[in-house]
Amino acid sequence: MTATAIAPSHKAPATDADRTLLEIRGLEKRFSLSGDFLEQLKFKGGRLVREQKFVHAINGIDLDIRRGEALCVVGESGCGKSTVARIVMGLIHPSGGEIHYDGTRIDDLSTKSLMPYRRRMQMIFQNPYASLNPRMTIQQTLEEPIRLHHPDWNRQQVADKVAEVMHSVGVAPDWGKRYGHEFSGGQRQRIAIARALAVDPEFIVADEPISALDVSIQAQVLNLLMDAQQQRNLTYLFITHDLAVVEHFGTRVAVMYLGRVCEVAPTATLFATPRHPYTRALLSAIPRLEDDRPQHIRLKGEVPTPVNLPSGCVFHARCPHANARCREEVPTLIAHDGGGRVACHAIEEGRLV
Amino acid sequence: MNTTTSSIEGPPTASRWERFRDSYLLYSFKRDLIAQISLLVFVLMVVAAVLAPWLAPMNPYDLAQIDILASELPPFWISGSEDAYVLGTDAQGRDMLSTILYGARVSLIIGFGAVALQAILGVSFGLLAGYLGGRIDAFLMRLADIQLSFSTLMVAIVVGALVKAIFGGATFSAYAVPLLVLIIGLAEWPQYARTVRASVLAEKNKEYVDAARTMGLSSRRIMFRHILPNTLSPIFVISTVQVANAIISEAALSFLGLGMPETHPSLGSLIKSGFDYLQSGSWWITLMPGAVLVLLVLVINLLGDWLRDVLNPRLYKG
Repeated sequence: MTATAIAPSHKAPATDADRTLLEIRGLEKRFSLSGDFLEQLKFKGGRLVREQKFVHAINGIDLDIRRGEALCVVGESGCGKSTVARIVMGLIHPSGGEIHYDGTRIDDLSTKSLMPYRRRMQMIFQNPYASLNPRMTIQQTLEEPIRLHHPDWNRQQVADKVAEVMHSVGVAPDWGKRYGHEFSGGQRQRIAIARALAVDPEFIVADEPISALDVSIQAQVLNLLMDAQQQRNLTYLFITHDLAVVEHFGTRVAVMYLGRVCEVAPTATLFATPRHPYTRALLSAIPRLEDDRPQHIRLKGEVPTPVNLPSGCVFHARCPHANARCREEVPTLIAHDGGGRVACHAIEEGRLV
Repeated sequence: MNTTTSSIEGPPTASRWERFRDSYLLYSFKRDLIAQISLLVFVLMVVAAVLAPWLAPMNPYDLAQIDILASELPPFWISGSEDAYVLGTDAQGRDMLSTILYGARVSLIIGFGAVALQAILGVSFGLLAGYLGGRIDAFLMRLADIQLSFSTLMVAIVVGALVKAIFGGATFSAYAVPLLVLIIGLAEWPQYARTVRASVLAEKNKEYVDAARTMGLSSRRIMFRHILPNTLSPIFVISTVQVANAIISEAALSFLGLGMPETHPSLGSLIKSGFDYLQSGSWWITLMPGAVLVLLVLVINLLGDWLRDVLNPRLYKG
């Protein structure tokens, strides 16, 4: 879609609190399904042809994350939420598009020149049972990032910093000698958060940080993340599929469907007046206590496979408002008066209000 | 995994020793008679071999102590034996007990040395192949395939024969131990490389590796500090089997005359030296070191078996 690179708008003065911290421009990611070169060769009609198949995980995403906000990305499984998070963190390389952090393009930086940004951006993972190295004590786990990013610190400074982050996430200092497997899921996730906070980052990518936790623990960890945001002035990119969490936590929400953003809006606006047909269906699926006859919007069919991407709007096959234009032309995000942006021809044309 | 019993309610700080005392490893060892006996025999043999210069009645390397007239004396329970030679003497008049002790030492040095070399090469290549993937992986694994398609003995025979032909028998004898370590070590590294690579492939997709990467740690540190400690269990298990294999390989090479020279015999070359006298009734020259070799390899394999059962969680018996 709008893969054209837009010049980063980093000319804004540094004092501007609304300054954009992270810009994602025309991001694309394809994963090859076809294996190596020899496996791609196929006989077709008596001729040897090279055939490659791709999973189109992300198909042109534009997102801005402003300083100090919590941008929640929601969408169903397989829509590319986690892939966005992993690309932003440099764990995988994008197939196209650009990522700018504080005005600097970071997706093509070398490992070495990325180091200062590694300290400023950290990640919290989904599964606290896998995100702590089972052979390292909590102390070692927390010391490692500090020693890496502050090689000039002496032993006492490192120990003080570890004690400080342990205290701030509610972990007793004497836990440091133990190993990760000795803790419960919620405790482990606190430790994982402490590890992310240890280098004093300003931006944290949280990839479904509470979905692997017990419901009784989820609120604790969520509150911990919100406290950390206030105390340390953090910016979050928060990946989740829990809409209740989004309502509670998010400053703005981006709704993704099949590797594209269909709507971005401030949380209150989005929950009060969802615009995009998919967002409407998604929000109508939230169980409500006061409803004795829920008004679910039932979508027909299944999510199309990301291997053979539908033409035009990715949602057209399931959209009740789709017309010929939706089947051919990819909609772009267009700002509306509610403060959000929505990618839908029907809304642009006024067919849908 | 081993200390699931000592959770949060346990003692606030478990020391290394306490953790070992509570571990499943020790628990299962206490319940396994075969493992206990094997470890006992193995430790006794290693101690005897290490202390050979002090334990052995004579020094088989010292020609002055050897009496050719006392050759082919039988062990003590057969008439015609002499009290000084408990297990009899070989064709050159060397005391069998002393020679076996010294021979076991040579065999163990070569066995452990070769396995150390295999482990260093195999673990490094396996880590690189598994973590970096792509062309490096393909190249290293094809190299391993090629190496595996030649049997260890064949490689060893060719290299040994070449060295002997080029540098002469005397040089070969002088450097026999490091040469055998090198030959056996180089021949079997793919065993390690493949095992480590498989473990690395399973580990590198776990989130703690991603966490280390987002931290900005170097690939080398992630490989050796984060992934390697989590692949140690299979490395331990194959190490025991590989030590036994290396000792057998060395014995086979010595038996074929490409291993340790008879002046510095290992168990294998002792077996070989007695082989010529088997028909003439001096069976003990072959059988005694043979029995020691079999026992040594057997206990190592039994220990390896036990270790594999313990370290493989899927075999946990509830």
